[in-house]
Amino acid sequence: MANDKQSSLLEEFIPQIERTSFIQAIWIFFLLAVIALGFYALYLQIAEGHAVTGMRDNVVWGIYIVNFIFFMGVSYAGALISGTLHLFRAEWRKPIIRMAEFITIIALLIGPIYILLCIGRLDRLQYLVIYGRIQSPITWDVIAIATDIVGCFIFLYLAILRDLSAIRDFQDAKIPNWKRKMYHILALGYQGLPEQKKRLHKATDIMAGMVIAIAVIVYSVLAWIFSVTLQPGWHSTIFGPYFVIAAVFSGCGVLIVVMWLFRKIYHLEKYITRKHFVNVGVIQLVLAALFGYFTFSDYLTKWYGSERNDELLIQLLFDEYFWLFILSNYVGVLFPMIVVGIPKLRTIGNITISAVVVILALWINRYLIVVPTLESPYLPIQDSRTEWMFYNATWIEWALSASGVAFFALMMTIGSKIIPIINVSEMGDKPVPEEEIL
Amino acid sequence: MKKNSENNPKKSTRRDFLKKSLATGAGIAATGGLVSAYLDTSAAESGETVKVLSTDGEIIEVDKAHIRYPRVSRKESREGIPGKKFVMVIDLARCKNARACVEKCQEGHHLPKSQEFIKIYLLQDTENTAPYWFPKPCFQCDNPLCVSVCPVGATYKRSDGIVLIDSERCIGCKFCITGCPYSTRVFAWSDYPEYDEDTQPYSPESSSPGLEGTVSKCDFCPDLIRVGKLPYCVAACPMGVIYFGDIEEDVVTNGSETYQFSELIRDRGGYRYLEVLGTRPSVYYLPPVERQFPVDRGFDGLDEEVRSRYDNTPYVKKQKKR
Repeated sequence: MANDKQSSLLEEFIPQIERTSFIQAIWIFFLLAVIALGFYALYLQIAEGHAVTGMRDNVVWGIYIVNFIFFMGVSYAGALISGTLHLFRAEWRKPIIRMAEFITIIALLIGPIYILLCIGRLDRLQYLVIYGRIQSPITWDVIAIATDIVGCFIFLYLAILRDLSAIRDFQDAKIPNWKRKMYHILALGYQGLPEQKKRLHKATDIMAGMVIAIAVIVYSVLAWIFSVTLQPGWHSTIFGPYFVIAAVFSGCGVLIVVMWLFRKIYHLEKYITRKHFVNVGVIQLVLAALFGYFTFSDYLTKWYGSERNDELLIQLLFDEYFWLFILSNYVGVLFPMIVVGIPKLRTIGNITISAVVVILALWINRYLIVVPTLESPYLPIQDSRTEWMFYNATWIEWALSASGVAFFALMMTIGSKIIPIINVSEMGDKPVPEEEIL
Repeated sequence: MKKNSENNPKKSTRRDFLKKSLATGAGIAATGGLVSAYLDTSAAESGETVKVLSTDGEIIEVDKAHIRYPRVSRKESREGIPGKKFVMVIDLARCKNARACVEKCQEGHHLPKSQEFIKIYLLQDTENTAPYWFPKPCFQCDNPLCVSVCPVGATYKRSDGIVLIDSERCIGCKFCITGCPYSTRVFAWSDYPEYDEDTQPYSPESSSPGLEGTVSKCDFCPDLIRVGKLPYCVAACPMGVIYFGDIEEDVVTNGSETYQFSELIRDRGGYRYLEVLGTRPSVYYLPPVERQFPVDRGFDGLDEEVRSRYDNTPYVKKQKKR
């Protein structure tokens, strides 16, 4: 049953759901425009073939696959952060887990779209099922991502169930009838009875564990798509764990930025405090250290006892891609560590800036994994048209990338219009006594 | 069509022997009706004749224009020609980048000029070793990574060693392109120009053309092999650089010379490229020793566009500095 604290919280958050301000409407319109541009680009790509992209026979995968890895990585934020914090019963998590869960599910819906953009014959997609072969890592990926989507949906649904029933029971809400009906159906008859509460708690615990495990598998499989090949820059045993760490790292960055934005937009200063930024910032610091360690290990072994092709790749990275390499693998590692590591620098603004740096660095990191490797194959790129030798993304690819980001923002906005962006029910709960924590 | 009455066994060369054996393989696969199925006498004669083996076991000469390449069923094209294991030997001492193989292959497979199934590299292993021309078809590996990674079984390995692509099944994920360490595979980025195609149904054996959004590559021309002909590149090469044959019968030919495969590899120090990768290619190379041409001859008569493709090679860069 809704307690007093919960209803007072609901009273505070219900306006968020009740109306959409003029500025918000403009914002949504802008996002829709960007998405429409993406659709136009997609139309061109389908009508005129992949020739409209910058991809060619040498660099067959471009920024689409970079976006794919990136969004899948971001989706890991919620899975791991909200899953782990839930299992550890960390009290401070309560105001931010809803955001983490939203990030997870939305990024997870966008990521796979980018791998579809790499596929030449979308009309034959059903062959993946009809003629599927289990020995192909793509089949592993299809199975893993499908499982992940289902798992994360269940986890998110369990997490919002109590809030759905709370809104349903909140009589003062000025929402249209259809919306009230929607909450009624979505709440699945949850009344907050002790038995229901117990079951929900148990189910959430199980799913929290599951999504962590599934996310590790999904991200490793994604890494194996690269590392099972013989390409010099990809054929690395470290790629599985490296990708997993990089994923949580980027997810952390996105979570901090989302926290900052929602805090500003919905005036959540009371709930999301500097403490939250510092706590997630510390997680980000640890991940930065791990990410830096994996990156260093990978490139050190390639450079020190280098085979000829590793040498060529390193040369290319430090030659053509020097600044991108420095930005992603040095600045991206050191900056978040310094900002959170030195107590004086730990302001909300600084931590948010470091998160933006992390997001950029991680995107570039994936670009540097994908593109330069394909530009330095075993047989040197020769006897193909000179304009085909190097990769430059075209506006089509950038438009589709931008529309992915816009779609992410749009879904976050709409999500916050349906469910309070702060988990009202859990906030209303009494803190778990220490002896009950795992 | 006339019967070859002068079929003197003494005159029969190794080449004929190979052709016979190849044609017999085709005969088994097609089970009877070889001549009638593969010949279309209504077409205008070209004047050029070729020898083929009839189902009665006789060698007959037929007009080139009358031959219709067999389009085998999809099932057959997945199994391969029974009892065969094809192999290619490329003599690097002879190659001078004449590019006849490239052009004939493009023509035969209806490829646009921007795409090649066989490429010619200007390799130089180290700074102090000599550069050489290096024709590179698909290596038809016995442990092909491209086949392992294909999610839909569109590319497959046959009993005769050939790795083929079924363009009608390929979904165009390009994973095989990144899987191949030899950069052999090409993608149809846009629609290919129209060409006159006979009305026979599609077969993966003819590899032409790469349908838009799918992957294609060098296929060892199994449609030609079935009628006892050599692949386009082998037949086209004016220097006889490329030998083609059957490892089971231990014989390879470039059209005019025929060798025992094992002897050729033993005597000339044959090797496979990047053996260290463990892909077990079916293409062997003879090292560029006692060369017939200086490497610079390879630039003679090249189009400016083609010549510019080699601008990034260490050898050309060094020449330009001088």
